Amino acid sequence: MHEGSVVADIISTVEFNHTGELLATGDKGGRVVIFQREQEVSGGECKIKNQVHRRGEYNVYSTFQSHEPEFDYLKSLEIEEKINKIRWLPQQNAAYFLLSTNDKTVKLWKVSERDKRPEGYNLKDEEGRLRDPATITTLRVPVLRPMDLMVEATPRRVFANAHTYHINSISVNSDYETYMSADDLRINLWNFEITNQSFNIVDIKPTNMEELTEVITAAEFHPHHCNTFVYSSSKGTIRLCDMRASALCDRHTKFFEEPEDPSNRSFFSEIISSISDVKFSHSGRYIMTRDYLTVKVWDLNMENRPIETYQVHDYLRSKLCSLYENDCIFDKFECVWNGSDSVIMTGSYNNFFRMFDRNTKRDVTLEASRENSKPRAILKPRKVCVGGKRRKDEISVDSLDFSKKILHTAWHPSENIIAVAATNNLYIFQDKVN
Amino acid sequence: MFARGLKRKCVGHEEDVEGALAGLKTVSSYSLQRQSLLDMSLVKLQLCHMLVEPNLCRSVLIANTVRQIQEEMTQDGTWRAVAPQAAERAPLDRLVSTEILCRAAWGQEGAHPAPGLGDGHTQGPVSDLCPVTSAQAPRHPQSSAWEMDGPRENRGSFHKSLDQIFETLETKNPSCMEELFSDVDSPYYDLDTVLTGMMGGARSGPCEGLEGLAPATPAPSSSCKSDLGELDHVVEILVET
Repeated sequence: MHEGSVVADIISTVEFNHTGELLATGDKGGRVVIFQREQEVSGGECKIKNQVHRRGEYNVYSTFQSHEPEFDYLKSLEIEEKINKIRWLPQQNAAYFLLSTNDKTVKLWKVSERDKRPEGYNLKDEEGRLRDPATITTLRVPVLRPMDLMVEATPRRVFANAHTYHINSISVNSDYETYMSADDLRINLWNFEITNQSFNIVDIKPTNMEELTEVITAAEFHPHHCNTFVYSSSKGTIRLCDMRASALCDRHTKFFEEPEDPSNRSFFSEIISSISDVKFSHSGRYIMTRDYLTVKVWDLNMENRPIETYQVHDYLRSKLCSLYENDCIFDKFECVWNGSDSVIMTGSYNNFFRMFDRNTKRDVTLEASRENSKPRAILKPRKVCVGGKRRKDEISVDSLDFSKKILHTAWHPSENIIAVAATNNLYIFQDKVN
Repeated sequence: MFARGLKRKCVGHEEDVEGALAGLKTVSSYSLQRQSLLDMSLVKLQLCHMLVEPNLCRSVLIANTVRQIQEEMTQDGTWRAVAPQAAERAPLDRLVSTEILCRAAWGQEGAHPAPGLGDGHTQGPVSDLCPVTSAQAPRHPQSSAWEMDGPRENRGSFHKSLDQIFETLETKNPSCMEELFSDVDSPYYDLDTVLTGMMGGARSGPCEGLEGLAPATPAPSSSCKSDLGELDHVVEILVET
C-alpha cells in the first residue's frame, strides 16, 4: 500500500484497551488502525495565556493489515476479511497484544515500539551489506543508538480451522491464559499458546440441520470469574454457563428470558427479540443485552426478567415490516457500559446514538456527523418526532436515514471519552473539563 | 422510503353491517399482507450473496418467520401450495400497509372470515395434496440455506463429479455417453443424495426430486454463479438419458 493512499473503509469494530491509552478499530477491508492518546500537557508546564488543560487527543499509532480475503475451495465461497471483533489483552510488558478475528480465523497481534537500533556490526556495514572479511581488522561491540520511533505489528499466533460457521464474538478470560471464540452454533476455548487445538465448550448444532431454529449471537467471559461465561441467542435468551460443571457446557447454569408481551405479538416478535450483543458490567453483577428496539439490564441473580429496560427507538415499532423488507431489522447493534456502570450507550439510525443514565433515568440522543461536530463543539441533543406537529430541530421518523447506522461504539474504561463509528468515520467525544 | 400505508379505520366498535364488511375487508387485507410477507420471506431466503456464505442468523430468523406464517395459515385453513414462481416476483407492489402486519396476529381470531368469503373455502379438496408440496417449499430454501455445511465428503465428491462430467462432456463425443455415465455412477448417487437431502427427504426417486428442484430456484447455498447453470445442464442430461 502506497503511503498516502489510505482508503477509509467501513469500520466494523471499535475497542479501547484496558487503560484507555489505546483505541483500536477494525474495518471491512481487514485492516486494524490503532490510535494512541497523547500525553496530557500539565498546566504547570504551560506558560501560555489560556491555562486550559489540553486533554490528550488520539492520534494514529499503528496501522496494519490483519486479515486478507480467502477462498474456501470446498464450498466455493469467499471468506471475508472484515474484522468482526478486536479484544485487547491486559498489558504485561512493554508490548501491546490484541486479538482480531474475521469470520473464520482469530489472530494474536503484538504491537511494539522500536526506538533504538543496533549499530556497529562487525560483519555488516551500515546498510546491512556483508563486509569482506579480509577488511575486518578490529572487533567492536554493537551499540544501541536512538532512532525515530517505529511501531510494528507482528502476528504472533494464528488460530484457524476451528469454526465451521461465522465467528461473532471473542472474549479474553480473566485468567489471561485462555480466550473463547463463538460462532453461530459453537463456542471454542483456546489457550493462547496452543494454536492447533481448541476445546469445544458449547455446541447447539442439531443433528438434523433442518431442525435448526436458534443460533448463538454473542458470548462473553465474566470479568472476574474465569469459569463463568454467558452467551445470547437469536430467540432473545441468555445462558450463563460454568465450565467447572462439565467439559461441554450444553447445560446452562442460569437461563435468562423475559416472558413475551402478548399485546405486542406479531410476525416480527422473534426477530426483534434476537439479541445482537451481550456485555457484563465491569462489576460482574449485571449483564446488558441489546435487541432491535431495546437495551436491557439483567441482574445475574434474577433470571425471569430484566431489572431495567430502555427504549432505544420505539418509534420504529410501527415500521417493522418496512425494516424487514430492507433488511434493517437484522442490523446488529452493540451496547457498552461506562467505567462505573452507571451509564449505558448504544447506537441507532441517522448516525444517532443514545445514552441512558441508570441512576437518574435520564437519556439523551446525540448525533455523530461532520456537520454537527466541530472540534471542541458541544453536541446538541437530538429528538425524533413521532407524530403530530414536528418542532423545529426535531426530525421526523420518515426522514431518518437508515443507511447511516451506528452499530459500534466504545467507552473509555475510566474516563468520559467515547468512540463512535459512523460507517467509515470514527468520532471521539470527550466530556468537557469543568 | 417506506411504503405508505393505507389508512385503516378501527373496526372494533361497529356492530352494524358496514362494520362487519369493513371487518372482512380488514381480514382479507390482513391475508394479503400475510401472503406478501410470506412471499417476501421466501425471496429473502432464496436470494444469496454472490460469493459469500449467507448469514446463518438471518436465514434462521426468516425461516422461523415463514414457519410461523405457515402455521397460522394452516390453522386458518388458508394454506395453499406456495408457487415458487410467485415467490420470485418482487412482492413490493403488494405490500400495502405495515400497520396491519405489525399488529397482534392473534387479534384476528375475532374477525375470522365468514363462511363462503374466506380463502380457505375453495381449498378443501386440494388441501390434502397441499401439505405435501407446501411442506417442501419453505423447507427447501430453509435447508438449502444452511445445509452448505452438509456432508462435506459428499459435497467434495459432488463438485469433483461435476468437474469430471464437464471434462468428459468437453473432450468426448456423444457416442461415448455410456462410458460417461459409467464413470459417474457413484457421483451420480452423490448428486441424488445431495438433492434429496436438500428437498428434505421422503422422495420416492431421483427424478421426482429433480423435477421438484427444476421450477424452484436451485440451492442458493453454494452459489448463484454459473455453476448453477451448469448444474441444470448436467441434471438435464442425467434425467433425459
